[in-house]
Amino acid sequence: MRTYSSLAKRAPSSLPHLRLQAPVLLALSGLLCGALVLAASIGAVSIPVPSLLNGDLSEQQEAVLFHIRVPRVLLAALVGASLAVSGAAMQGLFRNPLADPGLIGISSGAALAVAVVIVLAGPFAGALGLYGLSIAAFAGGLTTCMLIFRFAQLTGTFSVTYMLLAGIAINALAGAGVGFLTYLSNDEQLRSLTFWTMGSLGGALWLGVAVATTVILPAIFFLFRSAREINILLLGEHEARHLGVDSQRLKLVIIICTALSVGAAVAVSGIIGFIGLVVPHLMRLTIGPDHRLLLPASALFGAFLLLVADTFARTVVSPVEMPVGILTSLIGGPFFLWLLVKQYSRRFGI
Amino acid sequence: MKVAPISLLLFLALSAQAGTPERIVTVGGALTETVYALGAKDLIVGSDTTSYYPPMAEKLPKVGYQRTLSAEGILSLDPDLVILTEEAGPPPVLRQLESAEIEILTLKAGRSLGDVKTNIQKIATVLNRKETGAALIQKIDAESKQLTDSIADAKYKKRVIFILQHGGGAPLVAGKGTAADSIIALSGAINVVEDYEGYKPLSPEAAVALKPEVILITNQGLEQAGGKESLLNVPGISLTPAGKHGHVIAMDALLILGFGPRAAQAASALSKAYEDL
Repeated sequence: MRTYSSLAKRAPSSLPHLRLQAPVLLALSGLLCGALVLAASIGAVSIPVPSLLNGDLSEQQEAVLFHIRVPRVLLAALVGASLAVSGAAMQGLFRNPLADPGLIGISSGAALAVAVVIVLAGPFAGALGLYGLSIAAFAGGLTTCMLIFRFAQLTGTFSVTYMLLAGIAINALAGAGVGFLTYLSNDEQLRSLTFWTMGSLGGALWLGVAVATTVILPAIFFLFRSAREINILLLGEHEARHLGVDSQRLKLVIIICTALSVGAAVAVSGIIGFIGLVVPHLMRLTIGPDHRLLLPASALFGAFLLLVADTFARTVVSPVEMPVGILTSLIGGPFFLWLLVKQYSRRFGI
Repeated sequence: MKVAPISLLLFLALSAQAGTPERIVTVGGALTETVYALGAKDLIVGSDTTSYYPPMAEKLPKVGYQRTLSAEGILSLDPDLVILTEEAGPPPVLRQLESAEIEILTLKAGRSLGDVKTNIQKIATVLNRKETGAALIQKIDAESKQLTDSIADAKYKKRVIFILQHGGGAPLVAGKGTAADSIIALSGAINVVEDYEGYKPLSPEAAVALKPEVILITNQGLEQAGGKESLLNVPGISLTPAGKHGHVIAMDALLILGFGPRAAQAASALSKAYEDL
């Protein structure tokens, strides 16, 4: 929370949203902490909360807790936070409520690279062991993002419109590539591919958590630091320049940070939809559009939502697992609709 | 002048319809193997990509993957019989083949030695090689009797988990009603999964709770998972008795899951592999 306090120092305290900052973030943090403890206690191997907190565990419970559950719970929170913050920053950058990290090609590029590895490189991927798919996803996502970024700079300066359009075209190309590889694949490969595109945190290992943390946390930190400038950018690019914002640098920071953090998230968990698009909306509808509050709140709520979804994913149909991407949409979709209806009826008195 | 070629064509067409098939396309690895085992290798003009045993089957013209067949590809080989399993498709392509008046023999995708024998019998009948078929069935019966006798001596049944593949998330594990479930039962062991049907992603914690002593996987699946070392590092697997002792058995997919003429041999090899661990 150091980021938040340093932001608060810089921020003029007369803004109405900022007076709300501390209570909202505290409440969300409390929610997340509660969910972390509960998620660590629920699972196929039962570990009651009291014995979890007292450290009174059998050998099997201890092994399951430390080797399987804790890394998974932490990874869920980390990935959720990464996707939600990136989504919020993207929506700010593109000044478009429908923008999400998929727009800059990370998911489609990662999916293409993973499809290549699964369908074409079967035995070669073995050399990289368990991390083959993760490395491919990360590299594929970043490469696609760089490519789109190059196209956006064709005119000399970085253009958001060109980025959007190039993104659509390159996403379509990557989609065609995945489609072709799907056509080439056999049953087993197709199954791998489909499950990967629906996301799962079932492969959580400590090494994955460590690597993802070292990429995602700094990226999120830099996004938090850009919050004030994103606010100003929302006024328009000319206005932002006159207010002393280096908008080229800002765009670069946002895109690099988003690409890195979403790339790492996709690498460890596959494609998990919905969080990046809707969590920022949910937060904006409840606490307003100030990015200084919106970004940290999105991080906390994104972490909470993915954690809850993943806990359902691994317990509802136990011993089998459900792809977590299905659940994020299932939990978040109706909630989002409810919020929309509520806003609408308040505004128009229906 | 014109009558001769036409009557010749008619004669050829009629003889092809009435007699035994002369140009066969086989779809499905186990069925291709069966046709070879019946000594009819000269009749096969094409097969699908799952047909890679015996090694000479790999050199056949390929009509694609068994679930994504194309009618023209098959028709271009000019077959008079297509042998396929009920898994072959897509259905519209099969409909197209039928409307092109190609004879299609649809067989069950094998899940038991009974299926294997039925399939051999049906193919042998169509190919007019009933005696070879009967001999092949006798051989399988003998192998399976030997296997049951050797299993009957064993007092303890190993607990086996079959991992189809590991693609990053939770590993896909065989439940009831799968070929893997049948071959494990045939080999005198127990499939630890009893709660669901088909191949599903098994929660790592559930894998620990099921306490498998042996991990069974196909060579192809092991390759995809990045070898034995990395398979043993999959969350959950590392905490099972099988994971702790490194008890992994990898065998060819067509051999253990195909339920072709080698099914009984595969089960014996598997049951020997438990002892050698």
